[in-house]
Amino acid sequence: MNEWLLILLMALVTFVPRYLPFALAGKVKLSPTLERALSFVPAAVLTAIIAQSTLVRGGELDVSWYNYHAWSALAAFIVAVLTRKLFLTIGVGLSCFVLLKLIFGT
Amino acid sequence: MTSAARKLFWLGAAETLPLIVAAFPFGIVFGALAQSTDLGFSVALGMSAIVFAGASQFIAITLLAAGTVLPVIVVTVFIVNLRQLLYSANLMHHVEKWPHRWRLVLAFWLTDETFAVVSDRINRHPGAPGSRWFYLGSALAMYGFWQIATVTGYLLGEQLPGLDKWGLDVAMIVAFIGIVVPALQSRADWACAAVAFFAALLTHQWPHQSGLLVSSVIAIGVGLFVSRGASTDE
Repeated sequence: MNEWLLILLMALVTFVPRYLPFALAGKVKLSPTLERALSFVPAAVLTAIIAQSTLVRGGELDVSWYNYHAWSALAAFIVAVLTRKLFLTIGVGLSCFVLLKLIFGT
Repeated sequence: MTSAARKLFWLGAAETLPLIVAAFPFGIVFGALAQSTDLGFSVALGMSAIVFAGASQFIAITLLAAGTVLPVIVVTVFIVNLRQLLYSANLMHHVEKWPHRWRLVLAFWLTDETFAVVSDRINRHPGAPGSRWFYLGSALAMYGFWQIATVTGYLLGEQLPGLDKWGLDVAMIVAFIGIVVPALQSRADWACAAVAFFAALLTHQWPHQSGLLVSSVIAIGVGLFVSRGASTDE
């Protein structure tokens, strides 16, 4: 397969969804309901990504004790709810992951 | 660039830094994975430089390694990227003040990370001028570090086989948690996030990650429904 052709086509299908609303901004008026719907986008999309990348490991749903990603995510979630601090959330989440790996192995 | 613009540019870069710290291991894993699947160095870097979309790049090399034909890869990447359409539409109201050539360039750099930082900034300072400089700072920082991470991962992958299985993607997960949770303010926000969470788990086996998009749309619908109820109560 031509890898450079693949890259160019990927670039195209990546750029179009990014650019289209930017190009139309100011020309199209969104309804208030649609605008309110769009305000839920970050919470909806990012949470869906978090759920899948945390609990679906290697294509399978993994809710075992050995899912270190899930424990780290839980620790990060608690810190985020309590402190709302991004750096602290990342720090605690990562430390949790490293500790679990060191203590219980891979 | 005026001094106010320069300040905003650097502020954008600085506020993106926690997310760059988190995305960096993800970029390293991409580089290592590209190396382990015998993708050439220039192809791996070319993908990061020309496509610049983390999730799509992972999916593309995974499918490529599995011998998937080109049209299927391209369609899959398109579906995965449809969430960017939602991001971009979310910023529309704000973007209408930007000149067209700025929109063209800044759209290319729209990522989960820059969207998160820019939309957070717009929420905290609605109507503040110079947001395109803030966006540019965030975008260029993210772009630069993504290239460095790709190269680093590719070179490390030669030294440390199996690097792609260390679970470094945990950094991205906890960073996203750090972004989303503080932004959950109303009951509708929490309902939306909870639905997105469980729907994404229920649909994880759907092809081409379409479950991600469908879950998001359902969650947005629930958010709308709950917030409508709240506004009639008041």
